[in-house]
Amino acid sequence: MNLVSKLIAGCALMALAACNNPTDGTDGGPIDPNAGTTSPGLIGDQTSPSYFQQAIGDRVLFTVDQSTINSEAQSILQAQANWLLANTDYNATIEGHADEQGTREYNLALGARRANAAREFLISKGIAGNRLKTVSYGKERPIEICSEESCYAKNRRAVTVLLGGLAG
Amino acid sequence: MMRLVLGLVVGVMMIGQVAQAQNQPLRLEITEGVIEPLPFAVPNFVPANAAAAELSSDLARVVAADLIGTGLFREIPSSAYISQITDFGAPVQFADWKAINAQALVTGSISVSGNRVTVGFRVWDVFSDKEMKPGLQFSGTKEGWRRMAHKVADAVYSRITGEGGYFDSRVVFVSESGPKNQRRKRLAIMDYDGANVQYLTDSSAIVLAPRFSPTGDRVLYTSYESGFPRIYVLDVGKVQRRVLESQEGTMSFAPRFSPDGQKVVYSLSQGGNTDLYLMTISNGQSKRLTSTPSIETAPSFSPDGSQIVFESDRSGSPQIYVMATSGGEAKRISFGNGRYGTPVWSPRGDMIAFTKQNKGRFHIGVMRANGSEERLLTASFLDEGPTWSPNGRVIMFMRETQGASGRSSLYSVDISGRNLRPVQTPDGGSDPAWSPLQK
Repeated sequence: MNLVSKLIAGCALMALAACNNPTDGTDGGPIDPNAGTTSPGLIGDQTSPSYFQQAIGDRVLFTVDQSTINSEAQSILQAQANWLLANTDYNATIEGHADEQGTREYNLALGARRANAAREFLISKGIAGNRLKTVSYGKERPIEICSEESCYAKNRRAVTVLLGGLAG
Repeated sequence: MMRLVLGLVVGVMMIGQVAQAQNQPLRLEITEGVIEPLPFAVPNFVPANAAAAELSSDLARVVAADLIGTGLFREIPSSAYISQITDFGAPVQFADWKAINAQALVTGSISVSGNRVTVGFRVWDVFSDKEMKPGLQFSGTKEGWRRMAHKVADAVYSRITGEGGYFDSRVVFVSESGPKNQRRKRLAIMDYDGANVQYLTDSSAIVLAPRFSPTGDRVLYTSYESGFPRIYVLDVGKVQRRVLESQEGTMSFAPRFSPDGQKVVYSLSQGGNTDLYLMTISNGQSKRLTSTPSIETAPSFSPDGSQIVFESDRSGSPQIYVMATSGGEAKRISFGNGRYGTPVWSPRGDMIAFTKQNKGRFHIGVMRANGSEERLLTASFLDEGPTWSPNGRVIMFMRETQGASGRSSLYSVDISGRNLRPVQTPDGGSDPAWSPLQK
């Protein structure tokens, strides 16, 4: 057991409300950083979605046209898997995205590939498939809006969006 | 809804026809080469009563705008006119129109009775001193006056070029507002020239790529209203929608009607893999057409319904393929440099329009249905999603500008590559689909 999962387990034993009760009015609904919602919980609280998003990292990036999970993405997804194993009140929707180079239809299909690649990786690390949905946004929801590789690189992503807490 | 009554104006046909063929009859051949726009005049339509006066100029202006918009015609301004048309039935003074080089002359009449508008028109071959085919008369409601003008322009275009018209048609598209990372999208429908915009959905969910049914009464589109992309069909007249494909754990998108309007071909993604399916609308049954680990999307029927052209990356990059509507082996037809997508079969069946991406630029292009004679019509940072005019002469598409302030808008271009022009929309616009010619 690595440090992160030990800390998560510790929090769960303390049975603090903050461990598994999303606040900020999201009430267990989708927690989508792209929608500009404030992440519930404190980043210092390792069972909080904030911790998941910011300390672990809720997204992995891809190279042009590819859906391969590279080594950096593997370590992020491994940590995501550990968190999800420890925080079984949460499910997740994995959003696949593409940069703006490419047609709308192709990018939708490419985003589906990326979301699925991330999902398969999480399943291979022990997360039950029925906890993980996927959706592709293609090029419809960029987070960076310049038309250069620096932005494109951040837009080619799969984002693990937590659902739930107890309310979910 | 407006109804148009089409009928011959028998009474006025008898007047002033001097059948002298001292010149070649007026005929504009639309060729691929550079052409000189044909000069024409369209004086204000002659009002038959006082109530018709206000539409007299409006009608003529819409007819003129339709013809000028093709790039094939040039209007002689009314300030140059020597004679005025004040009596729709009176003989035309051909010499006066020859003197200002108006090769074609369109004369019209309008009468308004309550909410009823009746429009008549005649097209004159000025240098042959004669009328081109008998005139026509249309009736409709006052709100539908623009359609009557488009009908007149279609008839004029058709008589002079020998091609079918395309002005009395509509476009369904995605109206866009807001910055790139918070783009709000909703379905909208408008006349082909941007008039009479009507919104069909709100912007609460992402909507994509609407497509008309063969009769123009229904629209297929993709919406995220369930949280996942799913295909919906919308009744345009009633503005009612229903979900067409909602299999749990899948995403469906890129739908298009079959030419008989009974079936829908579309993409379905499951487990990260996207293949083509064919659904019979009446019973909701789907048949899988492709089974490959590659991406298959953007399908479009041939006009006879026997074949489907689509985009696939089975070769390693997106290319265009054709297969029988029953499925089976597909034949690759795109072999140039770059990536090809969004193929759309022309209404005539002879050509396929597509989006091409090469060396960091996007193009709209056309090729023969067998992949030969590829021709790129446009180039920009991002041109995408061609749709054909009902007569197969013009392509409308989306252009998005570069950078953080990038905005999408609609353009049209002739299949010769000439006459690139913006299509006016209230906000940004994307994913246009051209209707068939209205009945």
